[in-house]
Amino acid sequence: MSEITAEQVAHLANLARIDLSPEEINRLTTELGQIVDSVAKVAEVATPDVPATSHPMPLTNVFRPDTVVPSLTVEQALSGAPDHDGDKFRVPAILDEE
Amino acid sequence: MKKAELMDYDKALELFEPVLGFEVHVELNTKTKMFCGCANEFGQGANTNTCPTCLGLPGGLPQVNAKAIESSIRLGLALGCEIAEYSRFARKNYFYPDTAKNFQTSQYDEPIAFNGQLTIELESGRLVTVDIERAHMEDDAGKLTHVGGATGRIQGADYSLVDYNRGGVPLVEIVTQMIEGGEADSPEIGRTYVAAIREIVKGLGVSNARMEEGNVRCDANVSLRPRGSNILGTRTETKNVNSLRSVERAVRYEIQRQAALLAAGGTITQETRHWHEDTGITSAGRPKSDADDYRYFPEPDLVPVAPSREWVEELRATLPEPPAARRKRLQANWGFANLEFQDVVNSDLLDAVEATIAAGSAAQAARKWWTGEVARLANVAGVAADSLVHPVQVAALIELVVAGTLTDRLARQVLEGVIAGEGTPLEVVELRGLAVVSDDGALIAAIDEALAAQPDVLAKIRDGKVQAAGAVIGAVMKAMRGQADAARVRELVLERAGTAE
Repeated sequence: MSEITAEQVAHLANLARIDLSPEEINRLTTELGQIVDSVAKVAEVATPDVPATSHPMPLTNVFRPDTVVPSLTVEQALSGAPDHDGDKFRVPAILDEE
Repeated sequence: MKKAELMDYDKALELFEPVLGFEVHVELNTKTKMFCGCANEFGQGANTNTCPTCLGLPGGLPQVNAKAIESSIRLGLALGCEIAEYSRFARKNYFYPDTAKNFQTSQYDEPIAFNGQLTIELESGRLVTVDIERAHMEDDAGKLTHVGGATGRIQGADYSLVDYNRGGVPLVEIVTQMIEGGEADSPEIGRTYVAAIREIVKGLGVSNARMEEGNVRCDANVSLRPRGSNILGTRTETKNVNSLRSVERAVRYEIQRQAALLAAGGTITQETRHWHEDTGITSAGRPKSDADDYRYFPEPDLVPVAPSREWVEELRATLPEPPAARRKRLQANWGFANLEFQDVVNSDLLDAVEATIAAGSAAQAARKWWTGEVARLANVAGVAADSLVHPVQVAALIELVVAGTLTDRLARQVLEGVIAGEGTPLEVVELRGLAVVSDDGALIAAIDEALAAQPDVLAKIRDGKVQAAGAVIGAVMKAMRGQADAARVRELVLERAGTAE
């Protein structure tokens, strides 16, 4: 059985900046546990002669030339932001006073 | 901010052994960013070089910059690293407004280069070999400006502004193994190591390598181990150490601060600390615990990088002479004393002096002009000396001095003209009419006039009081507006004083 705990889910939620209710944490603890169990099944069929893979495509070295292409305009870049000040994005205070 | 207690440096070393580690970030000077075609350049207004990819907008798809891979491999090779046969990118997840993606695209368990070595030479001649754990590729973050609050610092700011022009610019992060046995040399090891990295990336041409512009940035890890113990102390990571002198000062400061804290029975908090250039101290940043939980995972939008061995060998063949070897060769060729040579190196003028000598100047003259007058004018203008004037022009200036067309004093005026864009040294000489008056006829006329105006001086000279000639020489130089060779004037004055009337 999975070893996912409610504390781990709460910690992950905090790192991912997702606000979860206790009920949601309970539900996700069960669901994530099931997912981990399912993934563990893959490990059972993976033998030492099967290399670990990070990508399903049998491709490497996909590069682009170092050539400048037009960027967005400043207006376009800022258009999706909640707030801006002149040509800069504006974000709320990051840290409280020490 | 509370000022920390510091222990005397020698006392700290008596009680503790410093253990160091450095992470140096090198900004590559590719034309475009790491994963998109936005220009890698600043200074044209905020947020002018962004696109859906570097802003992390939906639909953005990263594409690896071939040149950045090439530069990273060359840098890895120059650091004596092995180049991975198979390397991949990973997402380093964190929430902070310096990236709009909410992750940094970096490398985790399969960096492009690893297991390198760099031997550095301290001023004492001591050689220290720094083991390089890895050099990995990643993209840079945007630039934050904190607004409001008393200090303009992040603490107490009302809000922050973000410019993402730098976001996505290619970086190589070079991570050392632990450096033990540095002892009292530890601060100098830090400075010399970062200087060596800077020199290497400059020599390779992969970075502009200007620390003041953040092209090379250093994080310094310092911990102390009590003498007689083999257990490592808790380390701090000091960020924002962005000049060679600061690296040295920051390491020294942390040794003294940690020693005082440990000796008083305290414990070191594992944390990020910020270096303050103005006050020369470090202050606590965020604690490492939560922030280090980055949940790395392989970047699903990028396929692995698997450089062929043929390509790696091709790139190895493009490596320039290692900077340390080059320095040894140049110093021997030029015959400079250690101090003279250090002066050139520390002023970052090796290339300029080399080019000037290649253009025909004598080594000592090239050194003298660059580290003297050119450096002085650059200092006044607040720019790098080698950006002020071309070595070919300096060589041409030196040639005019050697030929006797210019005195040093006139040459300094010509140099100013060249820097002001008035043309080549020869053109400035003509334009400003600055050549030395070498026509004895003109000098003799001026001397006779001066002698006639000062009969008492003339009498003294004839009485053998040769030093009295100074007054006449001065008058002649003034009449010639300084454009005469004072030694020649002196000869002529004595000659005329003997034969006049």
